[in-house]
Amino acid sequence: MIDVRNVCVAYDDFEVIKGVSFSVEAGKMVFLLGANGSGKSTILKALNGSLPIAKGEILFEAKPIQKFSRLEIARRIAVVAQESETRFPITVQEFVLSGRYAFSSAFSFDTEEDLEVATWCMKLCDLSGYEARLMNQLSGGERQRAVLARAFATQAPVLILDEPTNNLDLLHQISLFQLVKERCKNSLSCAVIVTHDLNLASEFADEIVLLKKGEMIAKGEPKQVLTEENLQDAFGIKVLLDENPVSKKTRVTLICENMIGSLRERSENLRLPAQL
Amino acid sequence: MKHSRQTFFFSPQIFGILLLVSFFVALIFAVLLGSENLRFSNLSRTEERILFDVRIPRVLLGAVVGASLAISGAGLQALLRNPLAEPYLLGVSSGAALGTAISFVVSVDLELIRPIFAFAGASLATFAVYQMAKSKAGMSVERLALSGIVVTTMLSSIIVLLTTLLDSTRLRSFTFWLLGDLSQGTKVGLYVVSFAALLGLFVMVSQARALNLMMIGERDAFDFGVEVNRVKFLVFITSSALVGVSVSASGSIGYVGLVVPHLVRLSVGSDNRYVLPFSMLAGAVFVVVADTIARVAIAPRELPVGAITAIIGAPMFIYLLKRT
Repeated sequence: MIDVRNVCVAYDDFEVIKGVSFSVEAGKMVFLLGANGSGKSTILKALNGSLPIAKGEILFEAKPIQKFSRLEIARRIAVVAQESETRFPITVQEFVLSGRYAFSSAFSFDTEEDLEVATWCMKLCDLSGYEARLMNQLSGGERQRAVLARAFATQAPVLILDEPTNNLDLLHQISLFQLVKERCKNSLSCAVIVTHDLNLASEFADEIVLLKKGEMIAKGEPKQVLTEENLQDAFGIKVLLDENPVSKKTRVTLICENMIGSLRERSENLRLPAQL
Repeated sequence: MKHSRQTFFFSPQIFGILLLVSFFVALIFAVLLGSENLRFSNLSRTEERILFDVRIPRVLLGAVVGASLAISGAGLQALLRNPLAEPYLLGVSSGAALGTAISFVVSVDLELIRPIFAFAGASLATFAVYQMAKSKAGMSVERLALSGIVVTTMLSSIIVLLTTLLDSTRLRSFTFWLLGDLSQGTKVGLYVVSFAALLGLFVMVSQARALNLMMIGERDAFDFGVEVNRVKFLVFITSSALVGVSVSASGSIGYVGLVVPHLVRLSVGSDNRYVLPFSMLAGAVFVVVADTIARVAIAPRELPVGAITAIIGAPMFIYLLKRT
C-alpha cells in the first residue's frame, strides 16, 4: 500500500532523514523504532504529506503522495499524533465525530452512519458511556483513547500512530495493539507505528524499521532486527534477549545497571550533582 | 442513536426556539420603547416618521450589527483556538475605525465607500495581529491578547491624531460614533450591513465543520483533511468584512463577539454548526437590548451603546481570562 523510497527530509538545511526506504503491505503492522531524535516522527509526518520531502518519493497505491489532495489523504490515512488539548467545551462524542470530516459535505450534519461509526469506535476504545463527558475533564489516558477512537472513526485504510500507548495503562496498551492488528487483518488495512516499547513491538510487528540519527540501520522481521548489537547501536542500551515462553517471540530484557555510565561515555562530563 | 447533550443546558432545538422567540420579543420592545412616547393607536405624521424612518431602521441596524459582530467573534475564536479572541480586543474594530476615520477626514461621504475603507482597515489589522501573535511555539493566549492591545493602541492614537483635523461639530459626532452609536445609521448603511451579514453567515457556516477541527488544533485539522490555509483566509476575510461594515455603520461596539459566543457555548456546547448561527441570533438580541437601554435610560439624552456592551463584557473577559 505504501512505498517509501530512499526518502530524505530536511528542516532548513539540516537533513533529519537520510535515505530511508521501506514498504507497508496490506494487512501488515510496521513499527519504527529508534532513540529520541532518530527521525521517527518526522517520517510519520512525511507519510501523510504534512512535511515536504527533499529527495526520494513516497508512493501511496503506486501514486506519489503529493498528488493527493488533503481530503483524499485524510480519507485514506488516519493519524494519531501527540495529544491535542483544547480550551473549548467539546464532548467526547463531538471529538470522535470530528474524525468523520473528510467523509461528508461541508454543510451537513452527522448522519446515522457517522453516529453509528462513532459509537462503535468509542466502544472499541472502551469509551462507552463517555459520550457526553468533556474532553478537557478526562485523564490523559482517557483522552488518548478518544484520540484513538477518532482515528478509527475515519475508517481510513492506513493508520499512522505516533506513540499511541502514551498515558495508557497496561491493559489498554495491549488491547490497543490487538485492535489495530485485527483491523489490519480483517479489512486489509495497514498501520505504521512509532513506539518505545520494544517488547510490544516484538509481539505485534510484522516488520521493524530501526532508525539512528535519520538513517536506517536495520529492517526486517522482529527476530532479525531485535539483536543485541542493533539495540546497542540504536539506543546505546545493553539487553538480554530470549524467547517469550508464551508467544515464542523475542523478549527483550533491559539490563539497567551502568546505564548512566553509557550516557557518560556519550558526553564526557556528565556527573550527577551532589544533591541528587 | 441520538446526540448526548446532558452536559449542556439546552438541546440545540430548544435553544434555537428560545433564541428566535427572544429575538422577536426584543425587536418588538425595542420598537415600542424610546425617548418619544408614541401613541400607537393613533399615530400623527411626525410620530409615523419617527417610527418608520428613525426607530425601526435603527433597531434593525442594531440587530444586524450585533449578529455580524457575534458571528465574527465566534469564528475567530474557533480559528485561533482562543475563547478570548474578539474583534474589538484584537484591534480589528480599531482597524475598521481607522478606515472609517480616514474617509471622515477626506470627507468621502459616499455611503458605499466608507464600508470599503473600514473593511480594508479591518483586514490590515487582522493580518498585523495574526503575524505578531504567531510564533514557532504556536499562538498563546497572552501573545494574542498583547498583539491585539498593541495594534489597538497604535491605531487609536492615529485616530486621535486624525480627529485634530475635524471641525467641532464633526468631531462630536465622530467621537460619539467611535464609542459605538447606532443613531447615525442610514437606510443605505442598513442594506450594506444586512447584505454583508448574510454573506458572512453563509461563508462562516460553510466552514463550521472545518472550524470544529481547527478548534482542537491546527495539526489535527490538517491531518483530518482540512485545507488549513484556505479556512484561515476565508474566516479572516469574512470576519474583517463583517466587522468593517458594522463599524462603518455604527462605530466600535465592543465585547459582543466575546460575550455572545461564550454564552451560546455554555448553552449548547462547542459544535460550530450550532454556535455560529445561534451566536448570530443571540448577538442581534444582545445589541438590540443594549441599544434600547442606551436610548431610554437617561432619555431624552442617549448613552453610547458601546459603553453598555463594554460594562457587561469587560467583567466577563476577566472571568474568562481567569478560567483559561
